Amino acid sequence: MTVPLIELTAVSRRYDEGPPALDDVSLRISAGEAVAILGPSGSGKSTLLNLVAGLDRPSSGTVTVDGVRVDELGEARSARYRRAKVGLVFQFFNLLDDLTVADNVMLPAQLAGMARGAAQRRAAELLDALGIGRHATAYPGRLSGGERQRVAVARALMNRPALLLADEPTGALDTASGEEVQQLLNDLHADGQTIVLVTHDLALARSCATRTVQLVDGRVAADTAAEPVR
Amino acid sequence: MSALGGVVRSGVGRRRVQTVVIGLVVMIAVSAAVLGGSLMVASRAPFDRAFAQQRGAHLTAQFDATKTTVAQLSASMHATGVTAAAGPFPTASITPAAARNRATQSITVVGRADPGGPVDAVTPNEGRWVAGLGEIVLHTDSRLPKSLQPKVGDVLRLPDLAGSPTLTVVGVARSVSETAGGWVTPEQITALTAPAPGGGYQILYRFAKSATTAQVDAGRAAVEADVPAGALTGARSWLTTRTNSAGNTVLLVPFLIAFGVLGVLMAILIIGNVITGAVSTGTHRIGILKALGFTPGQVVRAYMVQALIPAATGAALGVVLGNVLILPILAQTNEVYGTADSGVAPSVNIAVLAGALLLVALTAWAAASRAGRLRTVDVLAVGRTPSPGRGQWAARLAARLPLPRPVTLGLAHPFARTLRSATIIAAIAFGAAAATFAVGLGTSLTKVQASENNADVVVQPGRPVNGPPPEGGPRGTSGPPQAPDPVAVAKAITAQAGTSGYSGIAETQVTAAGLPDALDILALSGDNSSHGYEMIAGSWFGQPNEIVVAKPFLTATQTEVGDTIVLVSNGTQLTVRIVGEVFNIQSRGMEILTAAATLTPAEPELRAMTYDITLKPGTDPVAYVEALDTALASAGATARIAEDEASELLLVINTLTTLLTLMLITVAALGVLNMVVLETRERVHDLGVHKALGMTPRQTIAMVIASVVVTGLIGGAIGAPVGVMLQRVIVGEMGRVTGFDLPASVINIYHPAELVLFGLGGLLIAVLGALLPAGWAARTRTATALRTE
Ligand SMILES: Nc1ncnc2c1ncn2[C@@H]1O[C@H](COP(=O)(O)OP(=O)(O)OP(=O)(O)O)[C@@H](O)[C@H]1O
Ligand SMILES: [Mg+2]
Repeated sequence: MTVPLIELTAVSRRYDEGPPALDDVSLRISAGEAVAILGPSGSGKSTLLNLVAGLDRPSSGTVTVDGVRVDELGEARSARYRRAKVGLVFQFFNLLDDLTVADNVMLPAQLAGMARGAAQRRAAELLDALGIGRHATAYPGRLSGGERQRVAVARALMNRPALLLADEPTGALDTASGEEVQQLLNDLHADGQTIVLVTHDLALARSCATRTVQLVDGRVAADTAAEPVR
Repeated sequence: MSALGGVVRSGVGRRRVQTVVIGLVVMIAVSAAVLGGSLMVASRAPFDRAFAQQRGAHLTAQFDATKTTVAQLSASMHATGVTAAAGPFPTASITPAAARNRATQSITVVGRADPGGPVDAVTPNEGRWVAGLGEIVLHTDSRLPKSLQPKVGDVLRLPDLAGSPTLTVVGVARSVSETAGGWVTPEQITALTAPAPGGGYQILYRFAKSATTAQVDAGRAAVEADVPAGALTGARSWLTTRTNSAGNTVLLVPFLIAFGVLGVLMAILIIGNVITGAVSTGTHRIGILKALGFTPGQVVRAYMVQALIPAATGAALGVVLGNVLILPILAQTNEVYGTADSGVAPSVNIAVLAGALLLVALTAWAAASRAGRLRTVDVLAVGRTPSPGRGQWAARLAARLPLPRPVTLGLAHPFARTLRSATIIAAIAFGAAAATFAVGLGTSLTKVQASENNADVVVQPGRPVNGPPPEGGPRGTSGPPQAPDPVAVAKAITAQAGTSGYSGIAETQVTAAGLPDALDILALSGDNSSHGYEMIAGSWFGQPNEIVVAKPFLTATQTEVGDTIVLVSNGTQLTVRIVGEVFNIQSRGMEILTAAATLTPAEPELRAMTYDITLKPGTDPVAYVEALDTALASAGATARIAEDEASELLLVINTLTTLLTLMLITVAALGVLNMVVLETRERVHDLGVHKALGMTPRQTIAMVIASVVVTGLIGGAIGAPVGVMLQRVIVGEMGRVTGFDLPASVINIYHPAELVLFGLGGLLIAVLGALLPAGWAARTRTATALRTE
């Protein structure tokens, strides 16, 4: 097997109180994989995703993404790491209400220093590709849930990240909208995008993921990948 | 009520920044108000208060010892209408020789063993009271420049008395009633008048009725009836002294009012802002409280108590702070006014404390009652998200600016909450106005002060002798030394490299038609064209019989520039033309300036006593003075560097302006801090999104700082011109009150470039206030922020 894109080694995340949210998790994910993280509420799925995104730090263990030791990054470096390598999609979209759809999508590129014009072109491309080009100048508050999540995906893809992380992307959507987003992720994966996806939705997991990881009480209970985790 | 208590407690705990800001703002506003209030009390009718504090003499009477007896004098002390009297004190007239270049004048010394007593309880400013022979306490007027005031340790020589006795100055004291030039022991008077015994007696009276001249005259008549005719040789009414004392002491009042009003307005603004902010971020919480069954009244009460707890703490601390800060300032006003104020009047403390708490309660009530009235459903629906839509145009506009995205994001923030931004703009404007005003006022007053110093180097008559130079002696107590040889001095000055110009100054007195008192007149010679004086109107004198004067002279003589007026000098009438108005505060604006030749017909012997020299730019004054001094040795004169005299009043005003400005700026910055904290709290979720998308801590700080740039700039742009206006109004008012026309150099003191700087001062205040919360925002944990759903 080639060098993994994501490698978690003996990762634990403990909070001040209660049992650890993650307990000695080791996991390797290769480029091009689409992995679904499954598990009951409170099993540590979001915690895992946050660690990979550099939004949180493990209490022990290492997190390496694309050769970067994410667990050792300071605030500024982890921001730059996210900008360069990670696209994030959330259950509740997390769009900025006071910015237009286009401005929302452009933001990661602009934070990385891309000029407004160039960012505008790239955003228009993405929005067209995701079928929401006509909403570019609208404000997120006016869009349907499915449309909002598409905007969020477009924003996540803005900087051509090596890794797309999605936490319950269909969790707040009705069935039809959920299916649209499911189709979108399928297409992206088909184009070679590495995706790690947290979900309760078994249908989504089955349709999008090439591999599923089952978490229970912060531990990996099952991993459909053939090779043993080490 | 205990449920309410719990809500209040947790509210105070949760809103730590708001709580601290309310406390600090109230503390600063209260201490500023205590300062201002006390100074207004101290500056209100200072003469009357000082007079009351000293139990001043309504009538100061001088009796001829040869025409009356002590028994008769004592009887007069119980005349009808006399409520208290002190004396009889033996008096003598002495003419000390000292090194002050003032006209020869004798002073009246009074033999008093005790500074206290039922009338004219003199306040010793320095040193101690006389205890024995050879000692004197001199009367001081602190409005005089320090160098003209007597100093403890000075020795007065009395060359015209047998054996040339000396008196050592052991103290200086202020008699508001101006009963004497100096005080010695009664035995000392006997010694001073020894060859020709029986000088005179002084008795100080207080009358039951003394408000009008007629009443004082009636009292005087009653006193006079008890002594033989002709025994009362002189009497002065306190009303005369009072009229003469009305001078620069009223200067402080308009200035204090300006600062007081600024401080109070700002406190209201900021407190209103903090509380409305607390309410708006607490809207969701209010909704939950109401859903749980809190009545609107209980909600309002909860928020009022939440504001009143820190406000009361702050107010208490502020009162303490104000009472401490006022002490050194009162020490200075006491010197200026001759009063004996020892602290803040209880009425001021109570009024300020009550006023502050009432204001806080009202502001809090106004802000909270809105939240209390909101319908529960609406409140819960609104939740915590600020309603989107407002300020979108600004966001769209800012996005187009060719600036880094974090900056353009921040720039648009204030437009989302226009009302809050407006109050903060007002607070910043107050801060910027205060700073502009304070600096301007300081500059204006320094310019006024500088107008008294027309020279870089002065030449004074006499050479230093062995031992300490015989300095000291109050104004007019010293016999003048010989005027130096004018030809020799002029030659030495003009020969000295570095001399730009000089003027010889001879000072004497003349009387003018219609004016009761003699006027100081300076007869100027030399080659300095306007001798460093600032013209207001007309021109400098060009030939003999032309004079220039200041506004108070014109007012007193009811003349204008261009008029002629008759002066009398040594019995000779001089018809002179007023050719110009200058800014000259000497002799309270009554001093006359003219060419030496004007006075020659009347006083042919008049010689320049001192010389003012201006130096060419770049001349080292120390080396210049050394060289000139050597050259002057044979001319009997001494050169020294002119000292800038900082008056006590200027010191008071400068101390106060600095203090009050710092307070106002702090309050403004605290307002900004509170606003940014509110914004950050409201935007914490957005902040998390930004960070998840790759915003670095530095970019976060840039965004937060940028969010106050617009507010700061607008605040500064409004504040700086307001400050300039305030400065003009207040300085103008000071001029009006003192009866002077102020020259442009005193009024127009701002350079355009400086104004831009003051405008940017608003930005500085804003950035100062935003720095701390920007740092907090940058440190917010992204994962935590995102969880705040
Ligand atoms: N900031 C925190 N402080 C304390 N405990 C936390 C914090 N964040 C998460 N936890 C705890 O860690 C555990 C795992 O949380 P996590 O959010 O990863 O679960 P999840 O699998 O994503 O659940 P869900 O499916 O409900 O989103 C939970 O027990 C949670 O209470
Ligand atoms: Mg989760």
